[in-house]
Amino acid sequence: MTFDTQYYNIGFLDQLSYKDTFVHRLDPRVKLVVTLLFLFTVISFSKYEIFALVPFFLYPVLLMTLGEIPFMFILKKVLLVSPFAVFIGIFNPLLDSGQVFIFNGFTISAGWLSFISILIKFTLTVSTALLLIATTSFPGVCHALRRLKLPAIFVSQLLFLYRYLFVLMEETMRIVRARNMRSFGERGKDMRIYVRLAGTLFLRAVERAERIYHAMLSRGFQGDMPTLKHFQIKSGDVFFALSALALLFVFRFFPATEILGRFVQGVFL
Amino acid sequence: MSHHIVEFKNVSFCYPDGTQALKDISFRITHGESVGIIGANGAGKSTLLMHLNGYLMPTSGTVNIGDVYLTKKTQQEIRRKVGIVFQNSDDQLFMPTVYEDVAFGPLNLGLDEAAVRERVDFALNLVNGLELKNKPPHHLSCGQKSAVAIASVIAMEPDILAMDEPAANLDPRSRRLLINLLKTFEHSKIIASHDLDLIMDVCRRCIVVRDGAVAADGPVMEILTDKTLLEENHLELPLSLQR
Ligand SMILES: Nc1ncnc2c1ncn2[C@@H]1O[C@H](COP(=O)(O)OP(=O)(O)OP(=O)(O)O)[C@@H](O)[C@H]1O
Ligand SMILES: [Mg+2]
Repeated sequence: MTFDTQYYNIGFLDQLSYKDTFVHRLDPRVKLVVTLLFLFTVISFSKYEIFALVPFFLYPVLLMTLGEIPFMFILKKVLLVSPFAVFIGIFNPLLDSGQVFIFNGFTISAGWLSFISILIKFTLTVSTALLLIATTSFPGVCHALRRLKLPAIFVSQLLFLYRYLFVLMEETMRIVRARNMRSFGERGKDMRIYVRLAGTLFLRAVERAERIYHAMLSRGFQGDMPTLKHFQIKSGDVFFALSALALLFVFRFFPATEILGRFVQGVFL
Repeated sequence: MSHHIVEFKNVSFCYPDGTQALKDISFRITHGESVGIIGANGAGKSTLLMHLNGYLMPTSGTVNIGDVYLTKKTQQEIRRKVGIVFQNSDDQLFMPTVYEDVAFGPLNLGLDEAAVRERVDFALNLVNGLELKNKPPHHLSCGQKSAVAIASVIAMEPDILAMDEPAANLDPRSRRLLINLLKTFEHSKIIASHDLDLIMDVCRRCIVVRDGAVAADGPVMEILTDKTLLEENHLELPLSLQR
């Protein structure tokens, strides 16, 4: 049954993109380019950087609020894939044992510092990527790629990937449901059955993919995905792009946290 | 007007696993004819339909569509003439939204945007599916999928229309819509179905397939009233004739 829930969850990500907010209405190309710039900027920081990264959370938080994307949903998805990042960084504290001063006599080992930095970068990048899809839809991103002159074959592959992901999950869901309905308790759920299910699933998916391909040929498919969507850069897009660029620039090249800290200090002391 | 004939000559087909699904089938359908294909489960109806646009190639024999013989080279040309609605509509819908899916064929035919939009709206309206246009096909019910699959083929404006169990998942109202739609389609049409009332309403001629061969071929009223023939083929008299 958990599989069903997972399936509907992905469907949910899909449905979030049907909303109609300022963020959803932005041109997919602009969103895509800004997101890519954001990712590169975040990744470009040194591996011991923590404080300079914090202001970057402003971007996903803004997208989430303006795009009316539920915070818990994104958080859950980030947590779901986080073991990956933890695994990459977990040995840093052991391997990198130098000491680093933070401020006023606090010290911390360099390894921990880089571990935390990895986690922050990971959270930032994954959440913005998710938000891009949640506010643009996967096909929207693909069409943006095509308009940005990526080769047709590459974009078609991505679109197929998306379509077949649902096909594969539907097939899995059907098989798992059919099995659950006819197996009681633990019987019929052991490893051997799973292996055979995987085999069936593979064959079914391949045959299905072939049938879909033929259906496309019957409708004149010749390698490129035609689309009726029109993209037009509007003033809102320009505004969004410029402000995002300005923020990225400031956060990257000026110690924003420090300035803000000084400012707060100045006000209160 | 060109002649949209469909001619099968001694067509046999064998699936890769050795199943002999069609055995020496021959028939000729002339322009504008409406033909029902009936028969038991596994008789070979779907296999036969898949030969109409080169989805399957005959193992032996020839398929002639509008005076073009089906070969690997002529496949493209034949696909433009023949529109097929498959038995499983999941296989037929592949674009992210219903609208894009129906627009896919017309766009590939190279129509300009206004013409495409017109065709899509027209086709979706015919199957009563206009309000589904922004939904992704994988979030539709079975009957809605069938309706969209039918629209996607209608939008191509084919010369020959072939349908495999088109009404199986439709509710009575949508089925009625489909029957009316089929009646207005004046080109050749070939419909495989167990829904004999639909066949009786829409078709003039009927071909009975048994074990991959033609068991009977004649006017629809003659065949659908032949109780013994129908029962030999796991079928029953159409409901409207049972009273
Ligand atoms: N992919 C396949 N590989 C091997 N054999 C197949 C394949 N598809 C169908 N068959 C076999 O070919 C024969 C004809 O099948 P077909 O699907 O044409 O029947 P049908 O008349 O459409 O039946 P139904 O009324 O159930 O739709 C059957 O015996 C079937 O088992
Ligand atoms: Mg069939």
